[in-house]
Amino acid sequence: MRETAGERWGRRIVLTLLALFVVIPLYVMVTSAVKPLQDVQNGFTWWPSRPTVQPFIDMWSTVPLARYLVNSLVVSSIAAVCSVAVAIFAAFAVSRYRFRGRGVFSVTVLSTQMFPGILFLLPLFLIYVNLGNATGIELYASRTGLVITYLTFSLPFSIWMLVGYFDSIPRGLDEAAQVDGAGPLRTLFQVILPAAVPGVVAVTVYAFMTAWGEVLFASVMTDEGSRTLAVGLQGYSTQFNVYWNQIMAASLVVSIPVVVGFLALQRYFVAGLTAGAVK
Amino acid sequence: MATSTTAPDADQREPRAGSPARKPVRRPRGPRRSLLPYLLLAPAIVLELAIHVIPMVVGVWMSLLELTQFHIRDWSTAPFIGLENYRATLDLNSAAGKELLHSFWVTLAYSLLSVGFAWLLGISAAVVLQRPFRGRAILRALFLTPYALPVYAAVITWSFLLQRDTGLVNHVLVDQLGLMNDRPFWLIGDNSFWSLLVVSVWRNWPFAFLCLMAGLQNVPGELYEAAAIDGAGFWRRLRSVTLPMLRPVNLVLLLVLFLWTFNDFNTPFVLFGGSAPEQADLISIHIYRSSFKTWDFGSGSAMSVALLLFLLVVSAAYLLITNRRRDDHA
Amino acid sequence: MSRRHLGIFTAAVLAAASLTACGGSGDDSAASPKTLTYWASNQGASLEADKTILQPELDKFEKQTGIKVTVEVVPWSDLLNRLLAAAASGKGPDVVNIGNTWSASLQATGALVEFDDAALQAVGGKDRIVPAALAAAGAPGKPPAAVPLYSMAYSLYYNKKSFADAGITAPPTTWEQLAEYGKKLSTGGKWGLAIEGANPSENAHHAFTFSQQYGGEWFDSAGKPTFDTPQNVSAIKRYIDFMAADKITNPSNAEYAQNQSVSDFANGKAAMLLWQSAGSNLKTQNMPADAYGVAPVPFLASPPAGGKKVNSMVAGINMAVFKHTKNKDGALSFVKFMTSDEEQTILNKTYGSLPAVKTAASDPAFTAPEQKTIQETLVTTAAPLPQVPEESTFETLVGTAMKELFADAASGKPVTEESVKAKLTDAQQKMR
Repeated sequence: MRETAGERWGRRIVLTLLALFVVIPLYVMVTSAVKPLQDVQNGFTWWPSRPTVQPFIDMWSTVPLARYLVNSLVVSSIAAVCSVAVAIFAAFAVSRYRFRGRGVFSVTVLSTQMFPGILFLLPLFLIYVNLGNATGIELYASRTGLVITYLTFSLPFSIWMLVGYFDSIPRGLDEAAQVDGAGPLRTLFQVILPAAVPGVVAVTVYAFMTAWGEVLFASVMTDEGSRTLAVGLQGYSTQFNVYWNQIMAASLVVSIPVVVGFLALQRYFVAGLTAGAVK
Repeated sequence: MATSTTAPDADQREPRAGSPARKPVRRPRGPRRSLLPYLLLAPAIVLELAIHVIPMVVGVWMSLLELTQFHIRDWSTAPFIGLENYRATLDLNSAAGKELLHSFWVTLAYSLLSVGFAWLLGISAAVVLQRPFRGRAILRALFLTPYALPVYAAVITWSFLLQRDTGLVNHVLVDQLGLMNDRPFWLIGDNSFWSLLVVSVWRNWPFAFLCLMAGLQNVPGELYEAAAIDGAGFWRRLRSVTLPMLRPVNLVLLLVLFLWTFNDFNTPFVLFGGSAPEQADLISIHIYRSSFKTWDFGSGSAMSVALLLFLLVVSAAYLLITNRRRDDHA
Repeated sequence: MSRRHLGIFTAAVLAAASLTACGGSGDDSAASPKTLTYWASNQGASLEADKTILQPELDKFEKQTGIKVTVEVVPWSDLLNRLLAAAASGKGPDVVNIGNTWSASLQATGALVEFDDAALQAVGGKDRIVPAALAAAGAPGKPPAAVPLYSMAYSLYYNKKSFADAGITAPPTTWEQLAEYGKKLSTGGKWGLAIEGANPSENAHHAFTFSQQYGGEWFDSAGKPTFDTPQNVSAIKRYIDFMAADKITNPSNAEYAQNQSVSDFANGKAAMLLWQSAGSNLKTQNMPADAYGVAPVPFLASPPAGGKKVNSMVAGINMAVFKHTKNKDGALSFVKFMTSDEEQTILNKTYGSLPAVKTAASDPAFTAPEQKTIQETLVTTAAPLPQVPEESTFETLVGTAMKELFADAASGKPVTEESVKAKLTDAQQKMR
C-alpha cells in the first residue's frame, strides 16, 4: 500500500505541529534552568544572556531537594510494587474465577475512580491520625501512610488493566499446568505472570507515576521529614522571591529519571495496553 | 481437584447469561473452594474499604453536619443539620449556588473540550505514526514525554510560559509576531480557561495517543490492504476501517479521560496557585476553597457528594448506552 | 488441597502485611518531655535559610533547658491547612507560628492554649508585650490565643532615584498625592505603584486599611459581616482605581501572587510599594537600604465622616501552643525564650521586623529609618484586623473578590461602584 503525496505532506504537517506543541515547554524548561535569575525576572528570551549552572547548584540549598527526592523515590517505588502485588492477586481472582460478588467488586473498584479526592481527604487524614493514636502505627506524616494512600489510587486502574491482560492469556496454559499438578498459586506465578510481563510492567509504571505526581494528599499528609517532590517544589516560591530558574532546574532533575524510565518501558506499556485495557 | 476451579468462559466480559446451564458441571465444588477468590481479593478489598469507601462514608456524614472551625476539633459538638448544607450550596438562587453551578458548567466544558482535543491529537499522531519511517521511534518517545513528566514540573513550566510580562507566549505573540498590541493575560480573566485547557490537553493527549496506538496494533493489516484495493482513500480508510476497529478502545479511553479531567485537581491547583480565576474555577478547586479556605467542611462535603452522584449517573448512563449499542450491533 | 489453600492465604496475608511494612519510617514519635516540635513560618529568603537562622537559637534553648526543639519551616502556602489539620486531629507540633490575623479563627477551634494571666506570667508577663501586638492575638474579651513574636506594619517604600528624576521631593502623605506622583512616575515602561493584585491576603489587608479610612467596618459589633456598605465599596474602589483609573500600576500586577511586586520595586520597575518590613527582602534582591525611602502609608486628604486615622493593620507573627502538647511547661518556656529580650533582638534584627516586647525595642538595631517608621505606625496609627473567628474567611472572600476586580481592571473592563458592590455582596452572601 503506497502513500500518496497528499498523505505524506499531511503527515509531515501534523507531526511538525504536534512536535512543536510538545517541545516548546520542554525547551523553555531546559533553557530557563541555565539562566541567571535576572533573565527569568525580565522579559522572555529564547536564549540565556549568560548560560550558568548556578541554578543547579543553588536548588539543593533553597529547599531540601535531596530529601524530597529520596522520599518520592521511596514512596513511589514501594507504592508501585505493593499496588501491583495486590492488583495481581485481585485480577487473578476476577479473571480466573466465578464467584458471588464478582460483578459488584468490579463495579465498585471502577467507580472509586470517580471519587473526588477532596471528599475523602479530611476523613482519611483523621482516620490515619486516630489509628495512630489507637494502635501506635503512625500513618499520618509518615511515608507508610502515603504509600498506602497512593497504592489505592492506582489500584482500580491496575486491577482493571490486569484483568484484561490475564483474560487474554489462553486458559489452555492454566489447564496444562493444572494437569501437571500445579495449584492455583503456582499456576499464577509460573504460567500467568511470565506471560503477563508487559501488563505487569505497564501497571507498575502507571502506579509509580500516579504516586510521583500527586499533590493534594501530599500537601496535607506529610511533614518536613516525609514531604515528596510534588509538594516540596513549591518551596521555590518563597516569601521573598520566585526562583523560576531553580524551579526549572529542579523540575528538570526530577523529571529526567521518570521520563527516561517511562520511555525505556513504553514498549511494554503499549503491549500491556494492547492486550489489557483496550482489548 | 483444583483444576475444576478455573472458569470456563473465554470471554470474561460476557455477563452470566450463559453460565447457569453449565453450572452443574463447572461450578467449583465444596464450600471451601469458593473461599479462594475471596482470599485473593482480600488485600484489594481491605485497601479499597479503608482508603476509599470508609472515608467516603465519613465524607457523606460530614455533609450532614455544620462542620466549621468551631466544631472541627470535636465532631460530636457539630450540630446535625440534615440536608441544610445541600440546600445552601445547591440553592441556585443564592450566591453560593450560582457559583457552584457556574463552576459546574466550567468543569463540564473543560472536561469535554479537553477530552475531545486530547483524543483528536492522539488519533492524529497514532494514525500518522502507524506506518514505519525514519525517526518514528524518536517522535513516539517525544510525544509520550508530557505524560511521563511529573504534574508539578509540567504545569509550573506552563505557568511560566503564560506569565504576562515574562512568558514565552506573549513574547511570541506580541513582541515577535506583533499579532496584538496589548499584552494579554493568560492566567487571569477570560483567557485563563483556555490556558487551563491547553495545559490539560498537553498533559493528557499522550495517554490517548498511547492507548490508540496500542489499539491500532490490533487492527489487521489485511483490512487496509483490502480497503486500498477497493480504492478507498485516506479518509475513507480512516472512517471505515480504523475508527470502527478502535471503537472498544475509544469507549474506555473517553470515559476514563473524562473522569480524570472532571476530577482534576493538580493541574488548576499548580497553574493558578490554589485560587483559580472565576473563568477557570473548576469544581475540584471550588470545593477545595470552600472546605479548606473558608473552613466549612460540611458544605464542601455536600458539594463533593453531589459531584460524585453526578459522575456516577453520567458513567452509568454512558456504559448503558454504549453497551446497548454494542448489543444492537451484535 | 488444604496446603494450597494455605499457600494462597499466606500470600494474600503477606501482601497485606507487606503494606504496613512498606516505607515505614514515620518517626513522629510521641513527644517526651524533653523534646518539642516547632513549626516556624517562612520569614526569610527560603525555608532552608530560616532553618539556618533558627537552629543556633534552638541549640541555645536546649543548652539552657535540656529541651530539644525540632523545627520545621512550613511554607505559607501550606501553613494554614496544616494548622487546621493539626487542630482537627490533635496531632502535630507543640508550638507554632501563626499569622496574627488568624489568631481569632484558630482560637475558635479551641485547639490553642489560652494565654490567661497565669500563662502570660509564665512567658514573662503581660506588661512586657506591646499592647497593639497583644490586641492582635485573639478575640477581644477573651484570653489571647497566642503571644506576639514578630511585629510588622505596612509602610510606603519609595525609590529615591525615581522620585528625584521626576522632581518629587517628599513622599506622598495623601492618596491623592500618591496618585498624582504615580502618574509622573509612570513613564518609560516604569510604573508608579506595585501591587500584589492576585494575592487574596495582601488585598484583604489593604481592604481593611482603606475601609478604616473611609469609616467602614467589615464586621459589625455582633460579628456579622458588613461587606457591601457604601464605605467599603468606596474603599475597595479607591484601591483598585490605582490600576483602573489612575493607571499608575502596571496591569500585570493583577496576576502577581508570589511577591513579584517586591521584585519589581527592587528592580526599579515600580517606584512605590506598600509592604510590611520589606527591607530584608529588598536587600537579598540587591537593593541597598539607601536606595529607597520609607514613609508612613498615606491617608485620605479629606476623610469622610467617621473616617479613622488608620494606615496599617497591626501585622505580625504570633506564637501559639497547641493544647494537645504533652509538654506544656516546656512549650511555655520555649515561648518565653523566644520572646526574651535577647532572642527578640536577634531574630527581629535578622528578619527586619520589630520586637513584640517593649524592652527589646530600644536596641539600636531598631532605630534605622525603616524600623522607626514601622514603630511609629504601630504605636500611633495601626489597628488590628477584626478579631473574629471568620477573619480567615473574610481574607479569602474579600481578597479574592479584589483579585477578580484587578483582573477586570487589567483587561480594560470598567470598575464601577456597582461592579465593586456586586462582588462584595456576593462575598458577603457566602459567609455563613
